[in-house]
Amino acid sequence: MPEACLTFSDLTLGYNSHPAIHHLDGVVRKGALTAVVGANGSGKSTLMKGIVGLLKPMSGAYTVAPGTRIAYLPQQSELDRSFPARVVDLVSLGLWPRRGLLGRHRAEDREAVSKALMAVGLEGFETRSIDTLSGGQLQRALFARVLVQDADLILLDEPFNAIDAKTLVDLVALIERWHGESRTVLVVAHDLDLVREHFPEALLLARRPVAWGETRQVLSPENLLRARRFHEAWDESAPWCGPDDAHGHGHDHAHGHSHHHPHPNGHDHAHAGDGRTIGKGAA
Amino acid sequence: MAALHAIFVAPFVEFAFMQRALFGAFMLSLSACPVGVFLMLRRMSLTGDAMAHAILPGAAAGFLLYGLQIVPMTIGGLVAGIVVALGAGAVARLTVQKEDASMAAFYLISLSLGVLMVSLRGSSVDLMHVLFGTVLALNDDALTLIGMVCALTLAALGVFWRALVAECLDPLFLRSVSRLGSPVHFIFLGLVVVNLVAGFQALGTLLSVGLMILPAAAARFWTQRVEIMCLLAVALGLLSSICGLLLSYHVSLPSGPAIILSAGVAYLVSVIASPRGLLATLRPRGAHRTA
Repeated sequence: MPEACLTFSDLTLGYNSHPAIHHLDGVVRKGALTAVVGANGSGKSTLMKGIVGLLKPMSGAYTVAPGTRIAYLPQQSELDRSFPARVVDLVSLGLWPRRGLLGRHRAEDREAVSKALMAVGLEGFETRSIDTLSGGQLQRALFARVLVQDADLILLDEPFNAIDAKTLVDLVALIERWHGESRTVLVVAHDLDLVREHFPEALLLARRPVAWGETRQVLSPENLLRARRFHEAWDESAPWCGPDDAHGHGHDHAHGHSHHHPHPNGHDHAHAGDGRTIGKGAA
Repeated sequence: MAALHAIFVAPFVEFAFMQRALFGAFMLSLSACPVGVFLMLRRMSLTGDAMAHAILPGAAAGFLLYGLQIVPMTIGGLVAGIVVALGAGAVARLTVQKEDASMAAFYLISLSLGVLMVSLRGSSVDLMHVLFGTVLALNDDALTLIGMVCALTLAALGVFWRALVAECLDPLFLRSVSRLGSPVHFIFLGLVVVNLVAGFQALGTLLSVGLMILPAAAARFWTQRVEIMCLLAVALGLLSSICGLLLSYHVSLPSGPAIILSAGVAYLVSVIASPRGLLATLRPRGAHRTA
């Protein structure tokens, strides 16, 4: 039976008491490769920040399976490129989960770093200073850092922005490799063709979950249309979302269409990604 | 040879006060210069300046109550510095306001309090004393204090080195893998405060920040590695201390400004002549490599 890596129960995340993502329920299986899609402002990055713990839930909760190591590549990195560091210094930051503050970096760690650099096609860049890297090279270096982190749950927030075709192919190959190693991967992406081609599952957001499950079903024209009709702006006079309302959202999925489930035992989980449509437009 | 000896060595060999001054400046360089490197890399160079002003009311309170005594002035300076550092840091971390604005607000309040307190009693001579220090009259208490601060700083830098680098290089990453981000920031601000307080006996509140920032700013021009930058900053700090003390001895200049001006010369030379400095940037490059 597939284990849950990440469980959301009626999770609401947001800023200044305005929800950016509303009443999310569901389970991300261990080893799932899921694309998180939706328009700008639909809550994708907010969800990522919430999972990493950078943002406290406004209501509801999420649980990460105990012992899960998380690697997170933010959309807007706070990386200071003027800091005097070499590529190898940047990638070695990924050793933190293994060695922490004081653990010595051993020969095997240095080997892991150079292997990661090789895997992203940056061999020979070890001693280059990071302020001389191009955008694509820096993104490769950051992927190398994720590789070194050796995490069980990998969160990538729009990793394909401003990336050329060659780099894109390489980075997608890395993601598929992680998938092959049974790591759980969540990727925020905008290119729906890319998502259809490479991601078995998808979660469609529009400040609330619209659909979650097998990519082909989730990205159906009806769902995409529904996802486009949402209020991106905050409504200062919006009514407060009460507990009854929250309850209604969590179970309002009777109209979801059923289809073949991508993983056999998913039905054991009340909320496992089974392609149903969660909630309706009446938010 | 004898002349060189008379100029560079004799003052330190013959006079105990010069030896003490050199020893104090040596320890100060060892601890304040690496702190300055991180201060600069975090774009907080002016924060050092602000903190140097911020410790004034504490030092002044000690001075008002107990006269020119190191222990009360040090404790006062520490308290004032930590209040300002914590207050400004907390406002920056917990509200929308950024650290530059909150730091400016807190230090201005602190500085005006300090000037008010000094003017309540002392004359301007006293104020000059607090502001400009007395490196040539370092007593045992002062040397002990500087030594303790030096040991504390080196130990803290050694333990938190990796976290400090990560917090400067990619703070969001550090937050995603560890809870050390905020504590390290406050530990670092604490180090800035204790080093400024240690420096104010020797160089005065205004100039102690000079020994912190100038060698670091100069070292930035010569290398792209943090470790080497710290070592180079320490070396430049030592060199400036020696030059400043000798200048002060031979030409009868006040020692604090002489040391900081020497560091200033090192900075200007670096700006102009270093491989990443003005000359190299402005000179038209004729040749370039094929790849």
